[in-house]
Amino acid sequence: MQMPEPDAGVLARREEIIAAMRAIVPGEGVIADDTGMRVYESDGLTAYKNMPLIVVLPETVAQVSAVMRYCNENAVKIVPRGAGTSLSGGALPAADAITLGLGKFNRVLEIDYDNRCARVQPGVTNLGITQAVEADGYYYAPDPSSQIACTIGGNVAENSGGVHCLKYGLTTNNILGIEMVLPDGEVLRLGGKHMDAEGYDLLGLMTGSEGLLGVITEVTVRILPKPTAARALMIGFESSAAGGQCVADIIGAGIIPGGMEMMDRPAIKAAEAFVQVGYPLDVEALLLVELDGPPVEVDYLITRVRDIAEGLGAVSIRISESEDERNQFWAGRKAAFPAIGRLTPDYYCMDGTIPRNRLPEVLDRMSTLSEKYGLGVANVFHAGDGNLHPLIMYDANNPGELERAENFGSDILRLCVEVGGVLTGEHGVGVEKRDLMDEVFTENDLKQQQRVKCAFDPSQLLNPGKVFPTLHRCAELGRMHIHRGQMPFPDIPRF
Amino acid sequence: MVETLKPATTEQVIEAVTWATGEETPVEILGTGTKRGFGHPMGDGNRTISHAVDLSGLRGITLYEPEELVLSAWAGTPLAEIEAAVAEKGQMLAFEPPHLARLYGNDGGTVGGMIACNLAGPRRAKAGAARDHILGIEAVTGRGEVVKSGGRVVKNVTGYDLSKLLTGSFGTLAALTQITIKVLPAAETEETILVSGLSDADAVILMTAALNSSNEVAGAAHLPAGAADASGPVTALRIEGFAPSVEARARSVRDMADGTGTVSSLDRDTSKAFWLTVRDAEPFVGSTAPLWRLSVTPTSAPVIVAAITGEVPGTVIYDWAGGLIWYQSDADDAGGAAVRAAVAAHGGGHATLVRAPDALRRTVDVFQPQPAPLAALSQRVKESFDPRHILNPGRMYGGS
Repeated sequence: MQMPEPDAGVLARREEIIAAMRAIVPGEGVIADDTGMRVYESDGLTAYKNMPLIVVLPETVAQVSAVMRYCNENAVKIVPRGAGTSLSGGALPAADAITLGLGKFNRVLEIDYDNRCARVQPGVTNLGITQAVEADGYYYAPDPSSQIACTIGGNVAENSGGVHCLKYGLTTNNILGIEMVLPDGEVLRLGGKHMDAEGYDLLGLMTGSEGLLGVITEVTVRILPKPTAARALMIGFESSAAGGQCVADIIGAGIIPGGMEMMDRPAIKAAEAFVQVGYPLDVEALLLVELDGPPVEVDYLITRVRDIAEGLGAVSIRISESEDERNQFWAGRKAAFPAIGRLTPDYYCMDGTIPRNRLPEVLDRMSTLSEKYGLGVANVFHAGDGNLHPLIMYDANNPGELERAENFGSDILRLCVEVGGVLTGEHGVGVEKRDLMDEVFTENDLKQQQRVKCAFDPSQLLNPGKVFPTLHRCAELGRMHIHRGQMPFPDIPRF
Repeated sequence: MVETLKPATTEQVIEAVTWATGEETPVEILGTGTKRGFGHPMGDGNRTISHAVDLSGLRGITLYEPEELVLSAWAGTPLAEIEAAVAEKGQMLAFEPPHLARLYGNDGGTVGGMIACNLAGPRRAKAGAARDHILGIEAVTGRGEVVKSGGRVVKNVTGYDLSKLLTGSFGTLAALTQITIKVLPAAETEETILVSGLSDADAVILMTAALNSSNEVAGAAHLPAGAADASGPVTALRIEGFAPSVEARARSVRDMADGTGTVSSLDRDTSKAFWLTVRDAEPFVGSTAPLWRLSVTPTSAPVIVAAITGEVPGTVIYDWAGGLIWYQSDADDAGGAAVRAAVAAHGGGHATLVRAPDALRRTVDVFQPQPAPLAALSQRVKESFDPRHILNPGRMYGGS
């Protein structure tokens, strides 16, 4: 993975930049010593590390705006950062860029129950939002597995999902507005407490833009009344095909579960060894189905799902009879990553999405690849929406094994694309999948995305080296090749 | 006289737009043109429209996998054809797109037109708008280049979400050629609780309480006296889902409503019919009077309505528990000043003049005016797709 060559001119001006930042952000908000900066050298994708130029931790929107304006006027790049939990290297620093941490923006500004929304600063954690409203019976629906640590600003930047998004949507479906700072320091508000955009849906565009278009300084999220009941089924199948069929039949019956997760045999085994919650060890696929809503509905649907599973020859079916038992069912799934971590020195978490009915084929071909590369793989799967998380097991201390794991991962993602899926369902492109973007997009597609970037960030200072495999100057992208004087459309019917 | 080109393939759309770009000839992009009255009349400054690109020849459903909850179609496919196809499999477009054409005395409309206008019906608060259900898009930009975004899977963060950006862009960024949307199972049954006699303020209080309960209310509208029923106001709360659940939740909602007004129920079929009238703003169909659609902070709605109608009388429907206000103005000039002032004074939001005579829509802001930095950014985004302002010039904002 190649990052853009650092700008020697910027490196040479480092002291001057530090002084300018200290004038904007007083006190401890500017970190320039190696020890202090070390904690920022990577994000959740720890295979990649880079020391930043400096780290700046502003506390006010005015400071963010002043930092951006200075950087814009002085051609200094910026890498925005929330909690640094990105699994795609989205917050990976660059040697010639300021890492702009939004961690000090950690206040819940307003909770408006009547309008079912809350206004929060971007450094508030995902779980922190739910904790602020749960005593009153509300919650914030998207729940990425890093929710204890990840921030809502990062969630917007990555359009984070979680296990509940089949029924409740992704981040993009659960926010109403943002305040953001453009690279030139201009502060904008998009949306508010009302629904839908005035003009172009720039809020939709910003969501999932991976910190390349602007820095988010406030988010208005939708909050929902908490469902009054939730129960789960744990269903074991002899094949992933049968598990996949069960998922299809549940949806075919008109049931959209609150959560629907599948694990393959290696993942089941690892999880059970770790948390011992009674996962069946003699099955190829384990399906967890959670139904939430009013108790009468939950009880009714539990029966329907059980009947569907029985009809498909499920090997084992357990239904939660208490909150404790429901949490137990989930404990193994939620601990799947650390459980794999116990079996292997390192693991690499992938994030493709596939059309759900291609699952058995994809799993088969993945085991062939696993043999080819000589590396184990375990799969957890957001079964409802086709989002697959293969966990590749490797040992970084063995020379060449990281590269093999990366190549294995790239092959898996190519496979996802080949069957009609995409490179990333919820982790983002970042640096990790940047060089695979042309598997999905044509040159025109990527150029148009970059033109949109130029509309926000004409000097291309924000989050350099991420998302796009090839860099183009904005002036070059703006050029248009005009074909004049052609015989206009002889083949097109006209009226 | 406008010359209309009717391409039948994406390649022909590219050909037509490339020609228009080369000649610097602005073109109207349309499906069947049933919502022409939505937005500014075409043309900006000295440029008039001499050519139109009619996408209704790009027609047909290309993929529908009910169990994968996904449907793809050519942009010119009639919306009704898609609604019929999904209904046959017990599914729906959950965002319940209004058949807006009816407000303009037309009928029909295409899926591309529906996406281009980002429509959303009474289920908006629970299920979202068109923008929440778009999964992928193919379109031809004002550069004459085909661009794809998204895909056919629900969970996808690969690249910028240009599908959302194009949704609601009124054909000013690109000509949509193919659409992929998420479909969902239709509810097994539904019931609507009706409460008669509530004031606007009390209605919004009840709708707020209902939406904030755990009853998963999938529609909350208030029709003041004169809107649907001349004899008095009606407030409606919709419950949908599986029969045993609907029964229990409807009971709970009825308990909440008891004592506020006269309570009654609509069964499945009458409920369906009722919400179609709310969806399409039926009380305003058949008129040509100026009509506004306001998206506001839901609990501010009664104050906003009082402020507007205090100055300029008219007829109002509340949907989305107050988040959406339809306001048909009695004034020939549509009362724009009063509308804009009321929205600005009470929590913000946006107001769109969805229907008015051409002459009026030429002279007033149809869409919510934007602060200068946001307007400038929108222009730069526009120019990134359509640098020569070829596509639907002037339809949304001046020059775009």
